[in-house]
Amino acid sequence: MRLERAVGVVTTAQAIRNSRTHRAFRRRSVVGLLVGVIVVGFAVTLMVGQTFYPPADVIGVIFGQDVPGATFSVGRLRLPRASLAILAGLCFGLGGVTFQTMLRNPLASPDIIGISSGASAAAAFAIVTLSLGDTAVSVLAIAAGLAVALLVYVLSFKGGVAGTRLILIGIGIAAMLDSITAYSLTQAAEWDLQNAMRWLTGSLNGTSWSQVLPVFIALIVLAPVLVGQSRNLAMTQLGDDTASALGVRVERSRLIVIITAVGLIAFATAAAGPIAFVAFLSGPIASRIVGPGGSLLVPSALVGALLVLVADFCGQYAFGTRLPVGVVTGVLGAPYLIYLIIRTNRAGSSL
Amino acid sequence: MSIEHSLLIENLTLGYGDRTVIDNLDLPVPPGQVTAIVGANACGKSTLLRSMSRLLAPRAGRVILDGRSVHRMPAKQLARTLGLLPQSPVAPEGITVADLVGRGRNPHQGILSRWSMADDLAVADALEATATVSLADRSVDELSGGQRQRVWIAMALAQQTDLLLLDEPTTFLDVSHQIEVLDLLTDLNRTRGTTIVMVLHDLNLAARYADHLVALTDGQVYARGTPAEVLTEEGVRAVFGLNSHVIIDPTSGKPLMLPIGRHHMV
Repeated sequence: MRLERAVGVVTTAQAIRNSRTHRAFRRRSVVGLLVGVIVVGFAVTLMVGQTFYPPADVIGVIFGQDVPGATFSVGRLRLPRASLAILAGLCFGLGGVTFQTMLRNPLASPDIIGISSGASAAAAFAIVTLSLGDTAVSVLAIAAGLAVALLVYVLSFKGGVAGTRLILIGIGIAAMLDSITAYSLTQAAEWDLQNAMRWLTGSLNGTSWSQVLPVFIALIVLAPVLVGQSRNLAMTQLGDDTASALGVRVERSRLIVIITAVGLIAFATAAAGPIAFVAFLSGPIASRIVGPGGSLLVPSALVGALLVLVADFCGQYAFGTRLPVGVVTGVLGAPYLIYLIIRTNRAGSSL
Repeated sequence: MSIEHSLLIENLTLGYGDRTVIDNLDLPVPPGQVTAIVGANACGKSTLLRSMSRLLAPRAGRVILDGRSVHRMPAKQLARTLGLLPQSPVAPEGITVADLVGRGRNPHQGILSRWSMADDLAVADALEATATVSLADRSVDELSGGQRQRVWIAMALAQQTDLLLLDEPTTFLDVSHQIEVLDLLTDLNRTRGTTIVMVLHDLNLAARYADHLVALTDGQVYARGTPAEVLTEEGVRAVFGLNSHVIIDPTSGKPLMLPIGRHHMV
């Protein structure tokens, strides 16, 4: 009897191991595939445009050779733009799925509950009204993002934070902040439409290296911290009490996660504007591709990068006029938002 | 059997806001036994359990595990000795049973360490013990209440703690599932020597399954001891304000409480 049970346990353990390695393999394949597609997409956006440059020219420019025409088009225009597309996408994807996981609700992404709007309003105000430089703009955007996160959290706190209350309050605050952005833009006499679009829906037009660098540094510093918290984040999905019983210091972990996620969103927003719905869409898309189990942080970051890269490319060349990237992602994201709300309504659940 | 741990509550005072729930309470938890805590609604049962696994910091006093205050121990170290199943844990949408049970391994894993064979064996053992092997690949959302509760207990088992606290493990279960869960916990206690502390609503089930019964009232221990010592007509009146008959359960030989209401007298 004892022996039989021991054999049973070992067989089950083997089965569990097999199914886990199978899922891990699928996860790695998806991550590998996403990285591959991003690399191809990056290469294509560098080569294709008003003028086509062959791979040899592009590689030459990247390694600092002087290629007539290509040095300007690829080196000064396309390379920083494509780099920012990827970096901002990574930041939005990571920050978005973090909030969605933490608050256990796909609607609770930073671009819906006002955090992106806060960073954006602060950045617009800092540039237009205060005429601040890049660093000061980033700092202000982050401070505003954190302040909005705190404000939404405090306003929705009533013996614990319920998802629905937090989301509704966040949507209200986002609307107020968007009006601040709009007001700031009306105050700028010489402000052109292209730049206004950046703070309203997000745009990569006229990206320079000075905008790319802060996002790159933020990602290098903050992303590992966030990914390091992924196991704790998975535990807090079981409820605070269970997570705590499993050895997670819930409050400390939540604080680290919120600060790093808001930091990523704010840095990306300060550089590219609140690119519509990327934070909101990346997590659910990644979850569909990867399947249940395992952390979604890295897959979601990659989906975010791919979304921004492809949407920006389409925005530039697929339509008659040049559309800012946020307009394209907005068109993609809005139907999904409606779908989620309808599904919630049908299920009769509290979101 | 397993190493015996001593768990002791000393002069503990707990509260939320300006309300005191537990007032200067002392309680030793006998190692290797099943302790059941009973009491009227809002008498502080769950609060006491939460503080024992340090979900709530005490106003005064200490909860001492093996000579150390649990509120001062490193979180993961505590979680390897003391497990807690809260009253209403949340399962993330779409999570599979094996995945959920695997989360019980968290306190045994470092930030960088990968899954080991020991982790797989612990999960398999927990699934076997709770008869949930056949559910391993199912989604937790699709399970019945009884199955779901067994899965949560499996998660707590995968944690492999020598002490296990459970907050009303039988709520929302029909009577056959209640017995199933309590039998399972008794098996654990008997075969592995796991010290079990549970809050129970049903006095008769508590009397049947506990070695050590604790009755709380007004944030204090009214009585503690064997079920026969604690579950008396006088005790039920003092703790619940209810008149009752207490007879001997012919099956278990433990006390059985029959409440007396205002109607249906012969």
